[in-house]
Amino acid sequence: MTLAKRIIPCLDVDNGRVVKGVNFTNLVDAGDPVELAKRYGEEGADELTFLDISASVDGRATTLDIVSRTAEQVFIPLTVGGGIRTVEDVNQLLRAGADKVSINTAAIKRPDLINEIADRFGNQVLVLSVDARRAQTKSGFEVTTHGGRESTRLDALEWMQDAVTRGVGEILLNSMDADGTKSGYDIQMIKATRALLSVPIIASGGAGKVSDFADALEAGADALLAASVFHFGTFKISEVKSYLSRAGYSVRD
Amino acid sequence: MIAILDYGSGNLRSAQRAFALTGHDVLLTSKRSEFLKADAFVVPGVGAYGACMKQLEEIDGRGAVSDAVNSGKPIFGICVGMQILFTSGSEKGKHLGLGYFPGDVSLINAPVLPHIGWNDVNATSPIFHGVESEKFYFVHSYAAKNDVESAQVSWTTYGERFVAAISKENIFATQFHPEKSGDAGAKLIENWAKLI
Repeated sequence: MTLAKRIIPCLDVDNGRVVKGVNFTNLVDAGDPVELAKRYGEEGADELTFLDISASVDGRATTLDIVSRTAEQVFIPLTVGGGIRTVEDVNQLLRAGADKVSINTAAIKRPDLINEIADRFGNQVLVLSVDARRAQTKSGFEVTTHGGRESTRLDALEWMQDAVTRGVGEILLNSMDADGTKSGYDIQMIKATRALLSVPIIASGGAGKVSDFADALEAGADALLAASVFHFGTFKISEVKSYLSRAGYSVRD
Repeated sequence: MIAILDYGSGNLRSAQRAFALTGHDVLLTSKRSEFLKADAFVVPGVGAYGACMKQLEEIDGRGAVSDAVNSGKPIFGICVGMQILFTSGSEKGKHLGLGYFPGDVSLINAPVLPHIGWNDVNATSPIFHGVESEKFYFVHSYAAKNDVESAQVSWTTYGERFVAAISKENIFATQFHPEKSGDAGAKLIENWAKLI
């Protein structure tokens, strides 16, 4: 009896369409987040994450519609992140059918937002997304914003610890150094985070081959997020799971 | 018709759709009088124990659940909707529950919390027929841990053993979320709906 390690595909959604490209056959509309969510659900995803990168108010309204259509058809947990600034934003997303929300920049600007969301909806709905990279800070990792383009000067580990104390239930740890390299998850960063925190860690950034997933679990991750390797069919979720299973990790069949 | 008690915040859409897959009409309501008209009842719940109890009391949910229990018709409690059926909860202070099952819902003793993800259930109830060896989706940090002699208890272990599902007479309740547990969850809901 073991808790399975989770595999989580992430979809970037802009004005209701999946961006960053997806390469699937047999899909009527590969740009439709709902179609893709169903596909990943069928392929064994343990959860799904939508990252709303819409800049406009209209885009955000579209996201709510997509969340509700997804929740009506895909019966696995759905996390939605991007542009969440208020408790009411969270309420709308949960009401639409999201199970969890992830927050990033808004929490850096106003950390009390974490307390407010956790007090109202519980820690379990709240994922802190952290875009971290190596820098001359106390732990050697700093928090960035704008996809790694801007430094906050915040020490990443101090920030995560503060956020956990305030009430986040999970950490989505995005390595800006590993992101896009396909050379593996940021093992050092995962280990440093695991040593400090007792909430689940979702590792993100750098997945390129199936063994990378096992390495991140070995370093202490509880769940693994990936985008391009799944979108472009480098391998299937089931291939990752069989590899992990053979390596001795518990996965959901 | 299946009625889902709407007494707070959180995702009820998934539950609404998952129970609708059984072919029954599904009504979301926060009115005790409407709730009672249903043929079967769902008591959901997310968030902290005390906050849930407070929101439940605000809509006379205690009365609604009591009506449902006394009706003899099937009731399905989910997550905190199961926890509040116990005597009390020790999340952010001590809070009294509805007391249908003896025991306190307390913090799980595990190195990493919340317990989030898919885990096995040592299924005992016939409602698990066909999905006895499947994993179900959990998300919680608190749990009921004691034996309940008068009820059928299914256990899960994460750090320690706790109640994953409990059934007694017309009450069936799960710590996990069947509405988020994919095909296994849908099958469980289908089995339960056969009691209607």
